[in-house]
Amino acid sequence: MMIPGVDGFMYPNEVELQWSLLIVLYPYITGLVAGAFILASLERVFKVEAVKPTYRLALLTALAFLLVAPLPLQLHLGHPERSMEMYLTPHSSSAMAMFGFVYLWYLTVVLLLEVWLEFRADIVRLSRTTKGLTRMIYRALTLGSQNISPAARIIDDKVGYAVTVIGIPSAFLLHGYVGFIFGSIKANPWWSTPLMPIVFLFSAMVSGIAAVMLLYIVAMKLKKRPIDMRCVDTIAKYLFYTFVIDFTLEMLDLIHRTYEADESFRSLDFMVHTRLMVSQIILQIFLGTLVPLTLLAVNQLWRFSAAARRAMYTTACSLTLVGIFAMRWNVVIGGQLFSKSFLGYTSYKMDLVTREGLLAAIGLMLLPFVIFVVLIKFLPPWPERETT
Amino acid sequence: MRRLLNEWVHLVRPAAVLIAAMGVFLIVRAAVIPKDFGKYGHYRPAALDLVRSRPIGYAGQDTCVMCHDDQAKLRASGKHAHVACEACHGPLAKHADDPGANIPKLPEVADLCRRCHEKDAAKPKGFPQVVTAEHNSGVACDSCHQPHNPHL
Amino acid sequence: MDISRRDLFTIGGKLLMLASVGATLEQITGAEAAPDAYKMADHWWGMIIDVDKCIGCGNCVRACSKENGVPAGYFRTWVERYQVEEGKENPRVDSPNGAIDGFPADTNPNLKSFFVPKLCNQCADSPCVQVCPVGATFISPDGVVMVDEKYCLGCRYCVQACPYGCRYLHPETQTVDKCTLCYHRITKGLTTACCENCPTGARQLVDFKDPKDPVHEFLRQNKVQVLKPQMATKAKVYYKDLDGSVR
Repeated sequence: MMIPGVDGFMYPNEVELQWSLLIVLYPYITGLVAGAFILASLERVFKVEAVKPTYRLALLTALAFLLVAPLPLQLHLGHPERSMEMYLTPHSSSAMAMFGFVYLWYLTVVLLLEVWLEFRADIVRLSRTTKGLTRMIYRALTLGSQNISPAARIIDDKVGYAVTVIGIPSAFLLHGYVGFIFGSIKANPWWSTPLMPIVFLFSAMVSGIAAVMLLYIVAMKLKKRPIDMRCVDTIAKYLFYTFVIDFTLEMLDLIHRTYEADESFRSLDFMVHTRLMVSQIILQIFLGTLVPLTLLAVNQLWRFSAAARRAMYTTACSLTLVGIFAMRWNVVIGGQLFSKSFLGYTSYKMDLVTREGLLAAIGLMLLPFVIFVVLIKFLPPWPERETT
Repeated sequence: MRRLLNEWVHLVRPAAVLIAAMGVFLIVRAAVIPKDFGKYGHYRPAALDLVRSRPIGYAGQDTCVMCHDDQAKLRASGKHAHVACEACHGPLAKHADDPGANIPKLPEVADLCRRCHEKDAAKPKGFPQVVTAEHNSGVACDSCHQPHNPHL
Repeated sequence: MDISRRDLFTIGGKLLMLASVGATLEQITGAEAAPDAYKMADHWWGMIIDVDKCIGCGNCVRACSKENGVPAGYFRTWVERYQVEEGKENPRVDSPNGAIDGFPADTNPNLKSFFVPKLCNQCADSPCVQVCPVGATFISPDGVVMVDEKYCLGCRYCVQACPYGCRYLHPETQTVDKCTLCYHRITKGLTTACCENCPTGARQLVDFKDPKDPVHEFLRQNKVQVLKPQMATKAKVYYKDLDGSVR
């Protein structure tokens, strides 16, 4: 009896995929958050002063994506109205139960606090100079304090520094636990590896840094302002280093699997070469990793013109973002395409209009940009050139 | 000293918002957590009762023989003695509760017999099995075999 | 009577304190369940399966489906047919619609072939219970792994964590569902629907805590195995004469 989409034998309940495109989206989004925050911390904690023009941008990017992060999960749940249970009776043996607390911690104590401390002077100033509804919003954002004296600002700076320092391991936790959710499933040999949280983390940093650099270049172009080349060159350097580590880790996983060739290997190998040919070999490895790495590497070895560098960086970042998405796809979807009997494969039937379908996913990916535009309207990431 | 404190005071505000939110959460939590959650383990004990409350579908042979004494005697000496009545007649707990109201339909004989007795290499060698196409050439199984005591 | 704002706060605050204390007290003392003839502490349930007795009739799959209202296309139990060819790395395995209508009689007579019934292994150290974020799936004190239908979020983490593929998302309740070892039957002295309807006695419900249960003799006399022993889940479904090719 032939089941459409199934080759070989699958346990009867395995034919239908459980974790859909939305579960691919979730680690992608939290990865962008973690990566953008790490870029922000480069300036704040590690004093890489060259990337300062992107500091506020990175914070707002992280915030915009973080606000959207729970949505794919809510849409996926069979009973989203019961999601409060994770706060009421979290099961301490479940990595997933950590989500609610880590998310809230990161949103409030790290990101919102840091954004507030950074933008406070502007918020107070704007609460005095604007009118009507805008003024009310700014007054609410001041949380009632109008104190922006130099001494207070120094204290803000010190506290902001401390928050960023705490924020780095918090960002690692926010995204690392997702890697652990997959890496700790002994039933699934595609997922089960201690490397998983580390691979997720480094690919998150790569995607976040690439996203902020791309946003910066695009935003400057849209606002018709000059791009600070020293800034983007420095970001490209850190992107390159992070990418090299990420690529090394992924290759280590691949080589280790191929060498050990345990009971799952032949089945997984076949799956990669057939069902994951486009998403893994072409999109993730070649276009998403090797091409961007080459573009970044040549810029470390030779000096090109500013225009050429901008073009290469833009291409590299765009390809990187596609490649890291493909990586999440290959982990989540790939892990469900093969049978745990190692005797068969199924297919992912992606819906279009259901709550877990393609349209929902596209909407969720566009939403952070909408939020971002709203955020930069109220919290200016760049000093205004014109006087108001 | 007073001036220094002034410069820190604005930090109290986000802290206050956070603490107030945590307070609300703790109160709501105390009210909403299911009663005696955790009594046997990390779950609601009421879940056990929920699963147990499912109505029974298959009554079991012991219930059938309470009324159908004659069939019981016929079967007890035959090869189908250990085959449950409901394996062929379907779930009949409802019938046992109210025999008049729920009269079961007799099963389709041919498919029923074939499912177990059609010859197949994967079945254990000692198990009675025939190639029905050669065995009965279209004649119904129960023309020769009495299902309750089938051995001829 | 004039109530000042201060009075309102005082009264409100006292009421709030009373409510919280009351809620906490109620949670601590809890409501006591009605006394019951069935004592969970006296039982530790499992199953034994004799592979050589299985005839692949699918009675168990049908019975389970009817007894438990299992939705079409999903399976709390199923039967697999293995055809093993010497020299080939993998056996040929099939399970047409979970074997709910048995198997077509087309097994290759030149190959080693047999049927393997499968179900939830009611693992004592279950990875599915471990990963549930809220405590919606659990193992009862008498050894049955179940899902709390009213509490499950439908996140499907447990479905991913089960090495045996025995869980699924119920399309109507949108919660995870699985074999409950017919808990509603075994707590009333009946056997499971699958064991009741198995014509050859290939499947048998067992109670490890009952000294008179045939399981003790069965485990002592026969070569038994659990599925995927390397997963170390302390599975409680034991198979007699399970071939090495079984996945």
